[in-house]
Amino acid sequence: MAYLLTIFIASVFTNNIALTYLLGMCPFIALSRNPKTARGMAFAVIFVITLTAAINWPIYHLILVPLHSEIIYYIVFIIVIAASVQFMEMIMEKFLPAMQASFGIFLPLVTVNCTVLAVSLFMILRKYTYIQTIFFAMGSGAGWMLAILMVAAINEKLKLVGDIPKGYRGPGIIMVIAGTIALSFLGFAGMVSIQ
Amino acid sequence: MIFARLKSTEEFKTVANGLWRDHPIFSMVLGICTALAVSNKVDNAIAMSAGTTFVLVATAIIISLLRKLISTRVRIITFMIVIASFVIIVDKAIEAFFPSISEALGPYIGLIITNCIIMGRAEAFYIQNKVHLSILDALANGLGYTYTLVSIAIIREALGFGTILGIRVMPAGWTNWVIMAMAPGAFFILSVFIWLSRTLAKIEP
Repeated sequence: MAYLLTIFIASVFTNNIALTYLLGMCPFIALSRNPKTARGMAFAVIFVITLTAAINWPIYHLILVPLHSEIIYYIVFIIVIAASVQFMEMIMEKFLPAMQASFGIFLPLVTVNCTVLAVSLFMILRKYTYIQTIFFAMGSGAGWMLAILMVAAINEKLKLVGDIPKGYRGPGIIMVIAGTIALSFLGFAGMVSIQ
Repeated sequence: MIFARLKSTEEFKTVANGLWRDHPIFSMVLGICTALAVSNKVDNAIAMSAGTTFVLVATAIIISLLRKLISTRVRIITFMIVIASFVIIVDKAIEAFFPSISEALGPYIGLIITNCIIMGRAEAFYIQNKVHLSILDALANGLGYTYTLVSIAIIREALGFGTILGIRVMPAGWTNWVIMAMAPGAFFILSVFIWLSRTLAKIEP
């Protein structure tokens, strides 16, 4: 149980998927101009990461490994991610229209967010058990959310000051903010560690 | 005269767009996860950009050949399967020939699949253009990605480790800027690159 908590805390702070592994940057740059859209995307990411990791683990360990076909796991994972996002969207449309409206366009976009595939690949590389995978996936999603919300909030405040050099406006300044936050997150290093 | 005629051809425009005008990293801000994550050493950057360029060209050939057969409803998943198949080839090739680089890159080779440059170009260009134009576009975009990645990696490796491709370039008393080898350095260097190129190309945010 303690180790599960370690995995969760580590994937939020010390091994943050956005600020340490630099993943999920495309939506990060595009969406952190607006805190509201950033929040919508972040919730969709947490949801999809956990769901796909929970599906991919049994597929890899119970089907691909016994059949000695680990080589095709990239294709299998990406299809599982695309299909489960599509399936979830259909279910939500039918039963939870309010929730679907709040996720809006973000659900299909999550398919090409690298964090989702990365969590599935990390869980194979680090040989996590099923329950560890779930905690790792939730932690990574929460860490990504923390990072994007912090960047979006600082960017919002900077807009009020509004004295950014022309070439830096947009993606440039977001990277500087993200770099500064990544720098401060280095202070968490040594708090907990996972391999 | 010859240059002026060359300049107006479709082929020239495609190459120029990929290399500078619609540069995948500076102007579209695509594919930066890998650009940030593997640019701490020059050899990693070269392996990564060679892999990405190979996948881009191979995807361009397949998608533009099949462009009349792929129905629009299933195009995204078709792109993904094509891209993922070629990424497996790249992954296994790097694992077999350069095991140390494969270990350093870890899961990032697999993440070529979700590199938005490939998906973006397939969606915007290969699905509606002829094969030779698609190949040119793929090469131009791959080259644009490569020169950015390698130049960021040269700066980061020189400042962070004092070496370039493992050869010592900094003077003996040089203190390594450890931060350059880690995530914050990647953000800062790439933001400077974006600033410079956007100012030079006069791209409005």
